[in-house]
Amino acid sequence: MRDHPLVQLTLARMREFYREPEAIFWVFGFPIVLAFALGIAFRNRGPGELRVAVLRGAGDSAMATALARAPGLTAAVLDSGEARLQLRTGRVALLVLPGDPLVYRYDSTRTESRLARLEADAALQRARGRADPARVADQRVTEPGSRYIDFLIPGLLGMNLMGSGLWGVGFSVVQARTKKLLKRFMATPMRRSHYLLSFILSRLVFLFVEVAALVGFGWWVFHVGVRGSFAAVAFITVLGALSFAGLGMLVASRARTIEAVSGLMNLVMLPMWILSGTFFSYARFPDAMLPFVKALPLTALNDALRAVMIDGSRLTALGAPLGIVTAWGLVSFVLALQIFRWR
Amino acid sequence: MPVLAIRCAGLTKRYADVVAVAGLDLTVNGRECFGLLGPNGAGKTTTIEILEGLTAPDRGEVEILGMRWSGGANTRALRERLGIQLQDTQLADKLTVEETVRLFRSFYRAAHSVEEVLGLVGLEEKRGAWVGKLSGGQKQRLAVACALVSRPELLFLDEPTTGLDPQSRRQLWDVIGRFRAAGGTVLLTTHYMEEAERLCDRVAIMDHGKVIALGTPRSLIASLGAEHVVEFALADGATRAPSPAELSALPGVRAVRPGLDRTALTVAEVHRAVPALLGLLERRGAELSLLATHHATLEDVFVSLTGRQLRDA
Repeated sequence: MRDHPLVQLTLARMREFYREPEAIFWVFGFPIVLAFALGIAFRNRGPGELRVAVLRGAGDSAMATALARAPGLTAAVLDSGEARLQLRTGRVALLVLPGDPLVYRYDSTRTESRLARLEADAALQRARGRADPARVADQRVTEPGSRYIDFLIPGLLGMNLMGSGLWGVGFSVVQARTKKLLKRFMATPMRRSHYLLSFILSRLVFLFVEVAALVGFGWWVFHVGVRGSFAAVAFITVLGALSFAGLGMLVASRARTIEAVSGLMNLVMLPMWILSGTFFSYARFPDAMLPFVKALPLTALNDALRAVMIDGSRLTALGAPLGIVTAWGLVSFVLALQIFRWR
Repeated sequence: MPVLAIRCAGLTKRYADVVAVAGLDLTVNGRECFGLLGPNGAGKTTTIEILEGLTAPDRGEVEILGMRWSGGANTRALRERLGIQLQDTQLADKLTVEETVRLFRSFYRAAHSVEEVLGLVGLEEKRGAWVGKLSGGQKQRLAVACALVSRPELLFLDEPTTGLDPQSRRQLWDVIGRFRAAGGTVLLTTHYMEEAERLCDRVAIMDHGKVIALGTPRSLIASLGAEHVVEFALADGATRAPSPAELSALPGVRAVRPGLDRTALTVAEVHRAVPALLGLLERRGAELSLLATHHATLEDVFVSLTGRQLRDA
C-alpha cells in the first residue's frame, strides 16, 4: 500500500509543499491575517461621535452645551476662520451659525453631515422647548450573520480555494516540467493518471487544514457560525477544490516557464478577485455584467458557501452554483488532459 | 536477455532547420558497454532519447531488448526493464535521498530495496539528506540510483559525469563497473574520451548526426596507424618552425597536425621520431618551449577524422 505509486507521488507532493515555509504562509496564514485585519477594520461600531461646531457669537456657549448633551454629538465654539477650515477639511461635520434664523452650514453629500444636521436640529429645538408628541424607545441589534465579517469569511474561503488550487497544481506542474522531472517520470512505467491524481489527492488533504483553519478562526475570534450543515460546507469546499485543481491543471498544461504560468494564473484569477464578490457584493456591478459575473467559478462557489454558512440553505437548493463549479472543473480537466505537455 | 540489446536502423530526426540525427544505424550486444562519443551538438542526446522512447524519430526503426516502442501496455512493459538517467533532470530539492529513491521505486514491479540501491551507489550515509544539499557528484549518483532501482537489464546514461570532479567521476565509473559485473548492458554518451576508453567495449564516434567511426577503443586508436602522439611548441613562434613536409619526412612519423599553439605528430616509434625531431629543430636553430608525448587516444582519432578538437568542435 505504502509503496503504491499513487501514495508515493502524493506523499512527494505533500512533502514538497509543507517543506516550503512561504507556501504555508500564503495558503494558511495569509487568509487568517486578512480576515483578522478586515474584521477589525469593518467591525460594526456605528457612525461614532459626530463633531459639530458653533460659530462664536451671541448665545454660543448655551447652544454648545445643548448640542453636547445630545447622544452621539460633541460640540465646540470656534472663531470664523478656524470654523471654516475645520468644516472644509471634514474635522467638523456641521457648523451652526447662531442668530435668527439659525443657519446650518454643511456638505449635504456627506452622510455624516446630514446625520449631524438632524441630530443637532433635534437637540436645539428641544432646548428651545419643543415637545415630541410621540413616545419612542430604541432597540439595538447586532445579529451574527448580518455583519461584514459574516459576509467576508465565506468569500475568503472561496478565494483561498481558488488560490491554493491554481498555485498548488499549476506551479508544481510547471516546475516539474522546467526541471525536466516530468520527462524523467515519462522514462519510467509510471501511469500519467497517477501523476495527475496525486495533485488532486494532496489538495484534498491540505483542503481540510485550510478550511478548518479559516472557519475555526472566524468562529473563535468573530463568532462567525455555520448556519447550514457542516457536511454541506465540506461537500462544497471539496467540489470547489477539485474544480480549481482542474483549472490549475489547464493553466499549467502547456506553459514551459514559471514566468509564463505566473502570468496566466494572474490573468485567470484577477477578474475573479474583483468581480466574484469576495470582499464586496457583486450586486454593485451594472446589471448587464451580472450574467458574466455569475458564470465565473469563484462567484458560484462564494454564492454556494454563503448560502450554506449565512442562510442555512440545503445543498438541493444550490443546483445552479454547484453546477457551474462542477462544469468549470470538468471541462478544464478534460481539456488539460488533451493538450498536456508531458515533457 | 536477447543477443541484441539495441538495434536501430536509418534513424533520422530533424528540428526546424537542424538535422540532429542523419540516418543512424547501431547495434548494441547484450552485456556490452557501448559508448556514443562526440562533441556537443553531435546528436548524441537526441539519439539516446529516441532509443529511450522519449523522442519519436522522423524515420527509422528501433528495437530495444527485442521490443518496439509501440505504446500502451507494451511500452510500460519495456520501461520496466530499463534504467534511464537523463542529462538535465533536476530531482526535487526538498525531498530526501531516501524519499526520492522510494518514489522512483514505486513505479516498478520488480525493484531493489532502498538500502540495496543506496549501497550500489554509495549514498547510504546521505539517505536522510535533502537532495538540494547534495554535491554535484552525489546528485549524479542519486540520478543513477533512480535508474538502477528497477533492476534494469539495460542502462542508459546520458553524459553521466559531465561537470564532475575527477574523484566523483571515478566513483561513478565504479558504480557502472559493478552494474556490468552483475551482467547489465550499458549505453552511455560522453565527450570524455578517457571515460569511453576506460568503460566501453565498443564506441561509436558521432559528428553532425552521423557515426563517423565505430569499433573497440583499441581498434580505433590502432586505425591511426600509430600508437603515440608527440606534441611540441617553439619558444620563438613560427619563424624558425619546420614545414609540415619536413616533419612528415622524419622517421616513424605518420601524420602531422599543426595546431594553434602546438604541433602534434602521430608516430609509430617514439624512440626514433623524437631524436630525429630534436635534430631537425637544432639544425634550424629553433628552441623548444614544450615537448610532450602520450599514447594516442580516442581524442586523437576524433581530431584525425574531423580536423577539429573535441572540446571546441
